[in-house]
Amino acid sequence: MHEPFHRTHEEMLPERPAPLASVGLVGWLRASLFSSLSNTILTLVALYILWLAVPTFLDWAFFSGQLAGEDRFSCGNHGACWAWIDQRIGQFLYGFYPSDETWRINIAFLLLFPALAPWLMDNVPGKAHLRWFSVIYPFIAVYLLVGGFGLEEVTTDKLGGFSLNLVVGLAGIVLSLPIGILLALGRQSRLPLIRWFSIIFIEVVRGVPLITLLFVSNIILPIFLPADVALDSVIRVIVMVTAFASAYMAEVIRGGLQAIPNGQYEAAQAMGLNYWKSMRLIILPQALKISIPGIVNTFIGLFKDTTLVIVIGLFDILGIANAMVSNADWLGLSSETYVFVSFFFFVVCFAMSRYSMRLESKLDTDKR
Amino acid sequence: MSATDQAVNEAPVIEIEGLNKWYGAFHVLRDINLSVDQSERIVICGPSGSGKSTLIRCINRLEEHQEGRIVVNGTRLTNDLKQIDTIRREVGMVFQSFNLFPHLTVLENCTLAPIWVRKTPKAEAEAVAMEYLERVKIPEQASKFPGQLSGGQQQRVAIARSLCMKPKIMLFDEPTSALDPEMIKEVLDVMVDLADTGMTMLVVTHEMGFASQVADRVIFMDEGQIVEQNNPDEFFNNPKSERTKLFLSQILSH
Repeated sequence: MHEPFHRTHEEMLPERPAPLASVGLVGWLRASLFSSLSNTILTLVALYILWLAVPTFLDWAFFSGQLAGEDRFSCGNHGACWAWIDQRIGQFLYGFYPSDETWRINIAFLLLFPALAPWLMDNVPGKAHLRWFSVIYPFIAVYLLVGGFGLEEVTTDKLGGFSLNLVVGLAGIVLSLPIGILLALGRQSRLPLIRWFSIIFIEVVRGVPLITLLFVSNIILPIFLPADVALDSVIRVIVMVTAFASAYMAEVIRGGLQAIPNGQYEAAQAMGLNYWKSMRLIILPQALKISIPGIVNTFIGLFKDTTLVIVIGLFDILGIANAMVSNADWLGLSSETYVFVSFFFFVVCFAMSRYSMRLESKLDTDKR
Repeated sequence: MSATDQAVNEAPVIEIEGLNKWYGAFHVLRDINLSVDQSERIVICGPSGSGKSTLIRCINRLEEHQEGRIVVNGTRLTNDLKQIDTIRREVGMVFQSFNLFPHLTVLENCTLAPIWVRKTPKAEAEAVAMEYLERVKIPEQASKFPGQLSGGQQQRVAIARSLCMKPKIMLFDEPTSALDPEMIKEVLDVMVDLADTGMTMLVVTHEMGFASQVADRVIFMDEGQIVEQNNPDEFFNNPKSERTKLFLSQILSH
């Protein structure tokens, strides 16, 4: 008689190593690049495009590029002309800030790292003390940038170049996250007044282009202020950029909040945690973790949107670049200039992106 | 036992009178009257949709009732947040889906409420938590995250987490329904141990073995009403109502 169920093992079978072709470099190449005919073709096409593009760009930018020279004509016709960097780097970094005072921007920039470290990194010595430093850092930075009390006063319209992008971007990032969280919670509030305010704010601000918000900021903001207060244009930009990013942030975080199962709220309630404690200890840590990609996306968008300050007459790094491209000495160097400017944004945005990926994997507690 | 102890012990820890609840137009709890004594173990069973979970969720205000009176441990349950908080501190709850906090370790799950609600110092809360984790037999998992544990282990952590608040009453809402069969026993064992300590327990479950072993009283609910209640012997061997008989024949037929 045929007995199909009798194929059993008396002893436990020992573990065997995986087949050679599925591990190591060979395994990786096979699985990632040559797993099928169509993948092999795509790999070859991609390699061909890289072979065309990379050497050409490297040759243009580096091998044939010119670093020294007085003006456009001292560079050859072949390759990039980087000669202007030496003359103009100050403007690109500091705008029209008095050149004797740029050390103040540099110090503010350097102090930024110890201010950020206790929030971004785990193993920082003296974390608790550094957090206090973070709290006072904005005041130190403003003092350094604007002056007064012993330092030469510098009006904010002198601020420009990449330091303006950093000031507006950082202020927007630091402010828009908490405001976004409050708006997201407000939108789910049981109190109609808070809920309506949140919904109206989010929908109105999100429904309008940032550039129009910046244009009308000098009409809108004074409505909320006493008549004799003239609002500084950098502050105006920060307020508008923050409001804009907060509205997006609120929706990103709302998505995260909705992903939290009801059981988490119930468990928190059943244990006697009140609303704010259950939000702070249970719900938000989970919701924010889920929202990290969206939050960082909003941060990156906000940072690049700082270039829009040009519409209210401030000269950020892109504004300086535009001015230089149309300067007679350096006419026609738009590729070089914009590649240079892009590099600054790319470094900052890429760093944010990598950091968020690291954070995500660190917070992934589901791994077995 | 002194006379005062006697008096305290005889006062019911939960009193429910004329409880009615609607979900929209749907009448989910109909005129429930229930009184639970100190250290009493009550198993509530009934077909799905009979309102048994809703009933125990009304006791700690996870659900709001529209009519009737609920008094827990001498505190009347009203819309007053302070009263609700007082009751929730005395009432532990274990859920069908565990509801552990996935971003916190097992130990942090257990110490969170003692630290933030009871204001227990951290070291003391951790010592208490380890004690209860030992009682549910998983002290070695204290530094792991819930996602790294099996369902049975998670539910045992959830029980320990509730006990860390030193509640006077424990509510169990189908604690074994989401578990794989081989893990049901380890959770029920913990619940039997807990019953032996004299904890007042209200357990919604279909584990009739647990009911006959542990319960002082079995309550059968159907369509939002308490249809029958009795001691387990009478309840299983001599059910009075037709609906109880039908229900028992359905769940005990295999």
